[in-house]
Amino acid sequence: MAMISYLKSCLIAAIWFVFLTFPLMVVKVNTLKNTVEWRWMNMLWVAIGAFILSAVWRWAMERRARGASQKEQESSDSDKKPSLGERLLEDPKLYRPLLGLVVALALLMPWVSEMYQVTIWVFALIYVVLGLGLNITVGLAGLLDLGYVAFFGVGAYTYAILNTRFGLDFWICLPIGGLTGALVGVLLGFPILRLRGDYLAIVTLGFGSIAKIVYENWEGVFNGARGIEKIARPGFFGMEMDISAATTFTYYLMLVMVVFTIFVTNRLKDSRIGRAWMALREDEIACVAMGVDMARTKLGAYALGAFWAGLVGVIFASQTTYINPASFDFMLSAIVLSMVVLGGMGSIVGVVIAALVLNLLPEYLRAFEDYRMLVFGAVMVLMMLFRPQGLVSNVRKTYTHSKKVHAEEANG
Amino acid sequence: MAENTQKLLEVRELTMDFGGLRAVDSITLEVCTGEIVALIGPNGAGKTTFFNCVTGIYKPTRGEILVHPPEQKTYKINGFKPNRVTAMGLARTFQNIRLFQNMTVLENVMIGRHCRTTTNILGAILRGKNTNRQERETIERSYELLEKVGLVHFADEFAKNLPYGAQRRLEIARAMATDPFLLLLDEPAAGMNPQETKDLDELIVRIKDTENISILLIEHDMKLVMNISERIYVMEYGKKIAHGSPQEIRSNPKVIEAYLGEGGDDA
Amino acid sequence: MDYFLELFLSGLTRGSIYALIALGYTMVYGIIQLINFAHGEIYMIGAFVALVVSGVLTIYGFSGVSILILAALIAIIYSAAYGYTLEKIAYRPLRGAPRLSPLISAIGMSLFLQNYVLLAQTADFLPFPELVPEFEFMEPIAHIMGSAELIILITSAITMIGLTLLIKYTRIGKAMRATQQDMVMARLTGINVDRVISVTFIIGSVLAAIAGVLVGSYIGQINYFIGFMAGVKAFTAAVLGGIGNIPGAALGGLVLGLAEAMAAGYISSAYEDVFAFGVLVLILILRPSGLLGKAVKQKV
Repeated sequence: MAMISYLKSCLIAAIWFVFLTFPLMVVKVNTLKNTVEWRWMNMLWVAIGAFILSAVWRWAMERRARGASQKEQESSDSDKKPSLGERLLEDPKLYRPLLGLVVALALLMPWVSEMYQVTIWVFALIYVVLGLGLNITVGLAGLLDLGYVAFFGVGAYTYAILNTRFGLDFWICLPIGGLTGALVGVLLGFPILRLRGDYLAIVTLGFGSIAKIVYENWEGVFNGARGIEKIARPGFFGMEMDISAATTFTYYLMLVMVVFTIFVTNRLKDSRIGRAWMALREDEIACVAMGVDMARTKLGAYALGAFWAGLVGVIFASQTTYINPASFDFMLSAIVLSMVVLGGMGSIVGVVIAALVLNLLPEYLRAFEDYRMLVFGAVMVLMMLFRPQGLVSNVRKTYTHSKKVHAEEANG
Repeated sequence: MAENTQKLLEVRELTMDFGGLRAVDSITLEVCTGEIVALIGPNGAGKTTFFNCVTGIYKPTRGEILVHPPEQKTYKINGFKPNRVTAMGLARTFQNIRLFQNMTVLENVMIGRHCRTTTNILGAILRGKNTNRQERETIERSYELLEKVGLVHFADEFAKNLPYGAQRRLEIARAMATDPFLLLLDEPAAGMNPQETKDLDELIVRIKDTENISILLIEHDMKLVMNISERIYVMEYGKKIAHGSPQEIRSNPKVIEAYLGEGGDDA
Repeated sequence: MDYFLELFLSGLTRGSIYALIALGYTMVYGIIQLINFAHGEIYMIGAFVALVVSGVLTIYGFSGVSILILAALIAIIYSAAYGYTLEKIAYRPLRGAPRLSPLISAIGMSLFLQNYVLLAQTADFLPFPELVPEFEFMEPIAHIMGSAELIILITSAITMIGLTLLIKYTRIGKAMRATQQDMVMARLTGINVDRVISVTFIIGSVLAAIAGVLVGSYIGQINYFIGFMAGVKAFTAAVLGGIGNIPGAALGGLVLGLAEAMAAGYISSAYEDVFAFGVLVLILILRPSGLLGKAVKQKV
């Protein structure tokens, strides 16, 4: 009986979605030639898809509701068995060989694959760093930044202009790009610190969009919509490199950047600064009442996130050798945000995995490519609904203390 | 008041308006060293608003808030940001518990050490000698405080998983981590059972005696207030209606009327 | 003078469109404090459905006004259905979640709906059929104001008056106001809060669909991405007027539309969008409560 009503409600959902999608999925008009195309097959697909998805949806929702009530019943000190994912991250016997394997593969990759593959991975790694950078602002400090792309653009344009107009070298521009990003972050961040979370998100969206419009229209400095071309690739002690060698070089550079970012984020996470960021995310008022300087702490998170974006912006410009405003629109901010959301806010491993998966999947599954943004959108919604902590939840560090160690020895 | 006591907090004619509503009306109040002072009154009397003004969360409309930190000059802290007030030596807890839910109990206390430590972003990345020493001190001190409030066994638990009474005690430990000379407790016994209230009672007195911290508390639990406080201020409709020792307050007709609520002006 | 009048009227026209969309933002924010990021997409879907319907009807030989009315009706029905479904799937399960969760969910929904229309239809701009007839009596002032503009002004005025009456005098309007004041209390007095929220989304979507149809026939072309900019601008209008405040949204829309038209006409049209964003940023920084909103102190 329950089964029948279950199926019935799935059927109703299917009919509802057939109705909803009818004018857009089935009908396609050409208003110039005055022709209509009726795609009846789509209707069938929608019906089947909606039926199955609604069954899955109901099951997931029930599970979610059960999970919530179970959590309340369970006492706080229950001994849960760690899942495989957690064990992989925590048990040195498991994660050390795995890490070794990953490092070895990453180092060998350019030698066993074509340049095209290496290029794809360079961009994927750029996204990893962007994700980790945004993770500081959004994940750790809880400041939802929808204009993150602006800082990426600042870095890219800084290098493009300094290089093509003033002939400055990549290596000089790399730190300059990062610092310019951070500086712009501070300048923009300063007036908006007092804003509540959702307003902050919208204002940063505004900043991001303004930045793009300025790139497009300020011909004198940014060369408008035509963009800037002939940007130099990175050099290495004056060595001449062809495109393929330069790409391989950039690939290794990005690997170093990723390691560097992880190192920095990891150290910050469990420090005085990182704790203040998290406290700010949890409860702003309690945080300032405990003596944390909100303005300084927020600016730090904002600027540091912007710093990484500026840094990889420089590398992005040097890799593509040509940039134009179209590369820096809201979609990029949205993509990076969905990586942070999927990976788990504040979780380093999660964000790295999510950034790689979300970038490489569409590259290797070509059929999937068109659906990329659709999936990114769906990922954000589904993660918020079913796993707000992300794929890999952020594990808090436990601290040891001299007395605690003694006590345990006495007990054990 | 003993003769060798010194004023720590001196509030003069503090007034706070919200639009047309006067939530706090010309309140004058003092707390001296080694004292437990209570601020009582019916719901909506303006006690928490008073706290928010003193701790910098609201900017008072009128009046003066003077702080005399021991062995320092006097500061007028009207309009100071909350973090500056805390850095000065006033720490508070919240009526509707405001812990950092998704951080561990120990980390919650460690946040309290924030304003007494100096590691910046660069220091945190490099982890120099200074940083490591500060970090160790922070951990040691936080553990100590957890011991004092009896929460060491919860140290690595998320704050949200603590039982209610323990959360209240954690708030006190967190506030104490900021090294205050005056602790402002906003209804610390709310929602506690009699046994927990009794423990809290002892904890507060112990903090005063052993840590040399004075206490200003808002409380509804009359037994607790009468037991531990030296002086009591009573507020109603934003105004101070009485002030005195527990004995005086108990027999004050105005206070009785305010609490029993009969014949009070409804306007 | 004619140039000024032309700018003024075009500003007014734009402004009333912004106002129609802004109402949806403001009503939702007033009740559940959520920036419904996907609201611009509902407007875009309304415009698209109207385009598809009018295209089909034209081919099957319907004419003029009957197409306009049918297309508008169907667009309204569909937008309402999308708005209702959106709330039910992406927002309702997140009630009580941390504040940023529904916002992120909304951003995700916005991306999803944009790309859904992109994939189901096309990425190109589609020409929108001219649904509004040229009125003869408008001939003498045609150089200042077109028939479409007149229709937009009249329709939005009627719609907004209707909304005001609905909220003031009907049962559901009263329930909406009660829920906005205090959701818990409203629930205790027996108001079905879930239903009120659904209705709020539906009403907002209907207004957005009307805006979509009007804009389609005014601008003459649409694509899957028009919801983004319109959404941002309408949100700006809502904030300008004081978010949560219904007359404020209407006022904010008109002010923004006029200011934009003047800026584009007298300064430069390249920075037209910067102008809207600039207003948004400045208002949020300097006066987050907007023109008509009341400053709210956060309770501690």
